Amino acid sequence: MTTATASSTSGQPRLDSNIDPNYRIEVSNLDTRVLWRITAIAFGHRWRMSLGIGATILAAIFQLFVPQYVGQAVDQVQGLLAVAADGDAREAARDALLLTAALLMGVSVMRGLFTMVQNYQGEAVGQLIGYHLRLDYYRKLQTLSFSWHDRIHSGDLMTRGILDIEGVRLWVNTGILRMFLLIVLIGGGAYILMGIDTTLGLVALSFVPIVGIRASIARLKLRASWMRLQDRLSELSKVMEENLGGIRVVRAFAAQAFEMARFDGVSKQAVAIAHERILLFVRSTTQMTFIYFLATVLVLWVGGHKVITGDITLGQLAEFLAFMAILQMPVRQIGWMINSIARASSCGGRLFAVLDLEPSIADRPGAKPLAIAHGVLRFENVDFQYPAWTQDQRTLSGIDLEARPGKTIGIVGPPGSGKSTVAHLMGRYYDVTGGRITIDGQDIREVTLESLRAAVGIVQQQPFLFTASINHNLAYGDPWAGRSSIQRSAAAAQLHNYIKQLPAGYDTLVGERGVSLSGGQRQRLSIARSIMLDSAILILDDSTAAVDAATEQRIRAALKDLVAERAVIIIAHRLSSLMHADEIIFLDEGRIIERGSHDELIALGGRYRELYDLQSSPVDTRPLREPAAEE
Amino acid sequence: MADTQAQPSGTPNPGPAKPPLAVVGSQISQDEKLFGQVFDKWVVRRFLTYLTPYRGELYMAVGAVLVFTMTQLSIPLIIRAVIDDALVAGRMSGGLIDILAMVFAAVVVVNYAANHIQETIVGKVAEHLLFDLRRAMYAHLQVVSLSFMDKTEAGRLMSRLQGDVYALQEFLESSIFAIGDLVLLLGIIVVLLSLDFQLGVMTLSVVPILFVVRIVWLPYARRAFLWARETSSSTNGALAEGIHGVRAVQEMGREAVNYELFDDKATENLNAHLAASRLSNMMVPIVDTLTGGAMAIVIIVGGGLVLDEALDIGIMVAFVFYVQRFFDPIRSLTIQYSMMQRAMAAGQRIFEVLDVVVEIKDKPDAIDPAEIDGSIEFRNVTFGYLPGQPILKDVSFRVEPGETVALVGPTGSGKTSITALLHRFYDTWEGQVMVGGHDVRDITQASLGRDVAMVLQEPYLFSGPIADNIRYAKADATRADIIAAAKAVGAHDFIMRLRDGYDTWLDQGGANLSLGQRQLLSFARALVADARILVLDEATANVDSHTELEIQRALARLLKGRTAVVIAHRLATIRGADRIMVLQEGRIIETGSHDQLIDSGGLYSRLYRMNYASFDDIPQDDTDRPGGDRGETT
Repeated sequence: MTTATASSTSGQPRLDSNIDPNYRIEVSNLDTRVLWRITAIAFGHRWRMSLGIGATILAAIFQLFVPQYVGQAVDQVQGLLAVAADGDAREAARDALLLTAALLMGVSVMRGLFTMVQNYQGEAVGQLIGYHLRLDYYRKLQTLSFSWHDRIHSGDLMTRGILDIEGVRLWVNTGILRMFLLIVLIGGGAYILMGIDTTLGLVALSFVPIVGIRASIARLKLRASWMRLQDRLSELSKVMEENLGGIRVVRAFAAQAFEMARFDGVSKQAVAIAHERILLFVRSTTQMTFIYFLATVLVLWVGGHKVITGDITLGQLAEFLAFMAILQMPVRQIGWMINSIARASSCGGRLFAVLDLEPSIADRPGAKPLAIAHGVLRFENVDFQYPAWTQDQRTLSGIDLEARPGKTIGIVGPPGSGKSTVAHLMGRYYDVTGGRITIDGQDIREVTLESLRAAVGIVQQQPFLFTASINHNLAYGDPWAGRSSIQRSAAAAQLHNYIKQLPAGYDTLVGERGVSLSGGQRQRLSIARSIMLDSAILILDDSTAAVDAATEQRIRAALKDLVAERAVIIIAHRLSSLMHADEIIFLDEGRIIERGSHDELIALGGRYRELYDLQSSPVDTRPLREPAAEE
Repeated sequence: MADTQAQPSGTPNPGPAKPPLAVVGSQISQDEKLFGQVFDKWVVRRFLTYLTPYRGELYMAVGAVLVFTMTQLSIPLIIRAVIDDALVAGRMSGGLIDILAMVFAAVVVVNYAANHIQETIVGKVAEHLLFDLRRAMYAHLQVVSLSFMDKTEAGRLMSRLQGDVYALQEFLESSIFAIGDLVLLLGIIVVLLSLDFQLGVMTLSVVPILFVVRIVWLPYARRAFLWARETSSSTNGALAEGIHGVRAVQEMGREAVNYELFDDKATENLNAHLAASRLSNMMVPIVDTLTGGAMAIVIIVGGGLVLDEALDIGIMVAFVFYVQRFFDPIRSLTIQYSMMQRAMAAGQRIFEVLDVVVEIKDKPDAIDPAEIDGSIEFRNVTFGYLPGQPILKDVSFRVEPGETVALVGPTGSGKTSITALLHRFYDTWEGQVMVGGHDVRDITQASLGRDVAMVLQEPYLFSGPIADNIRYAKADATRADIIAAAKAVGAHDFIMRLRDGYDTWLDQGGANLSLGQRQLLSFARALVADARILVLDEATANVDSHTELEIQRALARLLKGRTAVVIAHRLATIRGADRIMVLQEGRIIETGSHDQLIDSGGLYSRLYRMNYASFDDIPQDDTDRPGGDRGETT
């Protein structure tokens, strides 16, 4: 937590791999900084902002004319009444009234037009900011490393992407522009009112400093309250998401009561904070309105006496009161304004915390695209350790291997031995901590990520399918693909016949995360999708675990034609998946403990042999014999 | 929306600017209504039932709103009294001003109190309602049948739990103030007409103009708001996909293309919101012009009347103040209009979820047997997920207490359905499922949950400490129980190697563990449950043979006295069973011990002799020849 805050203030880029261990993205306490930053982005839209501010000022000025004309009309009528004028004077007075009314009308129209421009430009800038932030946020999330995504809950990221952007967006209209409106209204009002009567002017504006102080106190408290509320709401959506995602587990253990308790726990905390926030908010807004009204009372009282003593006219008193009346809405809005400041600074803080992260895996300056001459991938004495905070103790040490075109490497080993880590290192989803990985002699850290990942295709254990047609899913890595290459890949993955018998064929929608397909079908789809990439190096990370052996056999046969000139790395538990490999590597606790061809390893009689006997000997081995000690 | 759904065809359009086969965001058509009617009686009635617990508070709030409005209305009247009774030439009275100022001050205090009460109550009740509704939905989702959960996307449910609930909360908050606005509007009209009928009528003559304008404006606004909301939901959907699928995106190198496509969505969203903003702000100058017009009428006509001494000047001033306030409620009622539409649609969706029939319910007289014998019996069970497509066809078998039975068969043969029925995730179409001698429909679901523990193929863990995940099924399990279970499945060693051991926090389903390790934890979880019957659904598919062997050995101990139903496709797992049942197309075609089945020369022995390590998907072998695939793609 402290590391994140400290580095953000020292101006150092925060790498996503150094994010604090408490998986919470911390936000700097300097909320003014956040506000300034949003404001700076807003002023990036110079033209719209100038127009918006100009319109705001003009709208406020025109609004200031309203009380003046009201007062003028009262005086025109009152003046005549006082002297009991004759017919001509009355006609003149009626003409004067007509003029005042026309002016009042004109001022109202102008005020309306400028307010329209103000609102529209304010909202437009807000929407533009939202648009840019949304794009930046999207792009950033797509570039942050796997290890970061492992830590941060997707529900939390969604909250930031939706609610926090909304909070920031609203700041322009309800914050910046409204502030200008208030300044001009109060400043201009002060100037005019003081000009009429200094004492009464001071009385009328006496509420301003009190409201200002009240507002800034409330702002700080509200911000803290907002932060806590958002945190709890994120937690709540996490609870709900996990519950819905794991509904079968919940049902299997009849854990509904437990789940409800989990929900209620977070929910109650959130309600309590929400209540506190409401109270804070209501207390400050109602108090501000109250103080404003008290000032109005004073104006009426002091002003009334001044009319009697003749210091001001009745019209001028009406002008004062009309001025107070037009302030009623803005004073109410001060409450909303501080609320929006609080919200914008907390939302902006949460958002910038993500946007300011530097992906730990990124192109080095001057990185060149990978130049593939042969497609030889080498691990040279590779060590790897996950960052300490990941609590991931899996490490690799001293890994040497070479994957050559047309050759297959098999990797086998107990869970947690580092097999998948090897796969992830090849695509540079993590960086090695020692040694190096090269492709045709080029260190993979020196080439562009895009070219590297185009060259290294991974088929994952648990593939993510997109809610789109099978066609779209198959062409995910190569959206320009033609029908024939898509179908060829599907056929190689032994999926074509299944797809063809679906009513909509290749246009069949695959539900969220492919719910309508079986595990094996999903894996086959994922294999087909990766074949489409036509990458120089293909990694199958236990990607046929749910596919039966016979089908797998056929996939392998089909692959032989398709990827004949590629290097293939197969990671599997099932030995039949990799026993044909040119070289088999047995990993245990991050080290290669055996390597060689199937026959060599069988002859060696070590761990591999033992595993082989266990798995494929058709001879009944009951009673189960003691396995060799694992450690 | 339509243009983003690129037609998935193999022939690209001539010179497309974007890849023809690239989309982001859910392609499931938006069949959900985004806007409802302005006023949906059914939704409102349902909604009101949730308000019943807060009836007292709400009455108080409405009362406070009324008082608040009254004080607002009385302020111009006080000003009028000051002008007409204390300040007009010849009737000047400083004393009267003092008294009126005191009255004014008193009104302001009442106004403050009423304001505080109304806002606090409304805010709190709305917040409570939000959580009540969400809780009701969440609780309902815990009991609705799995078939509903199967066909409903989790993301869609989440948007109901969050977005829709917020829309209703927003509506409630604003609707109370809408009442205040309406009362204020009516109050102003009444006061204006009673102060001076003629001037009142003339002043209010601008109102019909506003209504005409509104009628013309409304359809456009509706469309614009609808568009804005549709594009928002589609943009957020794409964002969600980008987050959940980030690994696949990076592996496939789709960042650049996706960014382009997301930009398209975000741009459309921007344009839609700008259009909506233009439309809603269009009303501002119109309303202001009408306000100016009404004030002009007051000054010309009212001023004239004052000059003719037909009207007190104070009344004219009061009119000006009322007119200034008059359009505020109209303006906010306009905003509330779109909010109401949204709330009605949201309400419909929320109540739709709440109305999903709970198919699997405890009978009122369901029993909770303290001790069952662990036997399982299926009696002529027929069952399927889709009408007319039975998965299990007249299946009967019995598993004796303490017996371990392996279910073997190709995908789709009904293995998983048997385990689902055993746990009464679904009810049978025909026939009976008996657990411990009781029909599963006669005992409580809680007791079934206690007596039947499951390990599923895909390990699902919850965010939280490892220890909590292991004792998920039994919250009162001791640390010793947890460690014993972890040791039994061989998870203890790797747990101890983690920084915080059993207190290590798992993130998002244990993303910091390997799949095999997660499976071991889910195994330990089932052991802690200490149930009479253990169901393993491909539970060892993701662990290596060594670990599997360790689990087997642990099971041999743990299964003593327990019944187990094991779905597996690996020989090693299957061989250990007392009895093997071979399923094909929803029927049990063979049953017996490994040796018996080998001797009988049926499907099992055939497969066994083919030396497959797995029994998955096998009948497809015969229909799904590789040669066929190649032939058809050329």
